[in-house]
Amino acid sequence: MTTPVVGEERTLGFAQPDTRPPLRTPRTSLKVRNALVGWTFILPNFLGFAVLTLAPVLTLFYISLTSWNIFGAAQWVGLDNFTRLVGDKSFHTALGNTFYYAALHIPITIAASLGLALLLNQKLRGAAFFRTVAFFPYITSIVAVAVVWNMLFSPEYGPINQFLGLFIDGGMPGWTVSKDWAMPAVIIVGTWKDMGYYMLLFLAGLQTVPGELHEAARIDGAGAWQRFWNVTLPCLRPTMFFVTVMVTIQSFKVFDLILVMTDGGPGQATLVLSQYIYQKGFEQFEFGYASAVAVVLFFICITVTVVQFLYNKRKEA
Amino acid sequence: MAARPSALRRSGRVLLYVVMILAAAGIMLPFAWMVISSLKMNNQVFTAPVQWIPDPVQWRNYLDIWVKADMVTWVRNTLVLSVAVTVLQVLTGSFAAYGFAKMRFPGREPLFLLYIGTIAVPWQSYMIPQFQMLSSWGLNNTLWAIMLLQAFGAFGVFLMKQYYESIPDSLSEAARLDGLSEYGIWWRIIMPLSVPALASLTIITFVSTWNDYLGPLIYLRDRELWTIQIGLQSFIGEYNAEHALIMTGSVLSVLPIALIFLLGQRYFVEGVATTGVKG
Repeated sequence: MTTPVVGEERTLGFAQPDTRPPLRTPRTSLKVRNALVGWTFILPNFLGFAVLTLAPVLTLFYISLTSWNIFGAAQWVGLDNFTRLVGDKSFHTALGNTFYYAALHIPITIAASLGLALLLNQKLRGAAFFRTVAFFPYITSIVAVAVVWNMLFSPEYGPINQFLGLFIDGGMPGWTVSKDWAMPAVIIVGTWKDMGYYMLLFLAGLQTVPGELHEAARIDGAGAWQRFWNVTLPCLRPTMFFVTVMVTIQSFKVFDLILVMTDGGPGQATLVLSQYIYQKGFEQFEFGYASAVAVVLFFICITVTVVQFLYNKRKEA
Repeated sequence: MAARPSALRRSGRVLLYVVMILAAAGIMLPFAWMVISSLKMNNQVFTAPVQWIPDPVQWRNYLDIWVKADMVTWVRNTLVLSVAVTVLQVLTGSFAAYGFAKMRFPGREPLFLLYIGTIAVPWQSYMIPQFQMLSSWGLNNTLWAIMLLQAFGAFGVFLMKQYYESIPDSLSEAARLDGLSEYGIWWRIIMPLSVPALASLTIITFVSTWNDYLGPLIYLRDRELWTIQIGLQSFIGEYNAEHALIMTGSVLSVLPIALIFLLGQRYFVEGVATTGVKG
């Protein structure tokens, strides 16, 4: 876009733009040049980002206020889509299921990943290998993972129920083919896949806990549990905050895992918000109505993030 | 209890090892099952009790899959996409990160806040307007759509910015005094110094594009455009009784990622840790 201007006054001025008095060039034109150069760095990425992310986010709100299907142009209908949501049973189911998934997936994933990180932090032999193993599910594709788990969960001959059969007699969970067990099955797979990622974040956080603090607590007679509760956890707060925000967003937007594992079924037992957006938009071509559901998802994620952010701020103060 | 602390300590460590080994076995079980089943005859996949060692070993599955499924096309498309997206993401991401980390100009802070803000916005919430837009440009049902979709993510900017900030400013200031332009500093000083972060970003972007399911699902209709994830999913639907072959396809779809991960594991871990330490 702009070619860099070469000249000694420019390079000299750049070194300390705020403290040094201007040399030969007036300070303002220097600042303008500086800003232009800065913008050229950001522009290639920002153009893509603005057009492909920011613009769609903004148009989302407009589309949600229109009636728009595959046959015609968008027509302004005001809040009609949102009033329709209030009485839509499928939407209520999707909303409820999303919160069901989040309510279990968030605490279980945090506990499991923190547990794994603490285990790895014990400097055992083979810890590096174990880290590889625990992280591996996170980077494998959802399709392969879903089809394997569906076979493992297979009610009659699947290895999981065969294993459970050693301990209990009859009344086996039906997992993905049962209305009651489909959601727990999906949550198990979701946790198994995601926990390795958050384990790495916790592990990085644990490296920042000062060893002397632990030593001091030990000398004062604190047991392992007390040290964890009074030393490790408080030091981990920044990591915990970041992990909680990320897990929460991830849980509320859960989609591809459910799409390939259960497709929302059986019935609507695992239908979640993201999938409802997909069904309304890409299967029934009700773009306006689907966008209204998307607006709900958008506000849930934003609200949850802001609340956690404010809570963290208050604790910090 | 206080009398024999070392014995207690040792049994504690043994317990930790047992926990670690059990957890590792549990986590790996699905992959073990995947590989074992891919080497079985179809009617041996589901047996009671589970047959843990395939007998006879069916290497045939690994030949048959190439005939029954259009694997070559899928792998080719996925490779094209992964490479293109990775190149774009690494170049534009590190370029923008230089602006954010090493330069000071009006508008920088609010701009960066915009990037951060989108972390909380799930793609699922704006996939419809985005689809409308790309369709109106005639990009629906083309590989271009997926490239655009993936290439300008905020992730690359974060990761590189985080790393650039750990490079002392004195280096770039010295280069400035020597008359190097900002672009020269980025290319000749900062880029060579940030090879580990570039490696992290390259690997992470490549893997996530390879694994992407939703983007291709929405945009790629023609069979010739399918990626490995879409192809595998349709194969599962088509041959839903061929359990062994399905597992063979799954192994093949995971294998390249597993290799990349094992070779570049260090960069993976560092990349995740860098973005996580301070949002």
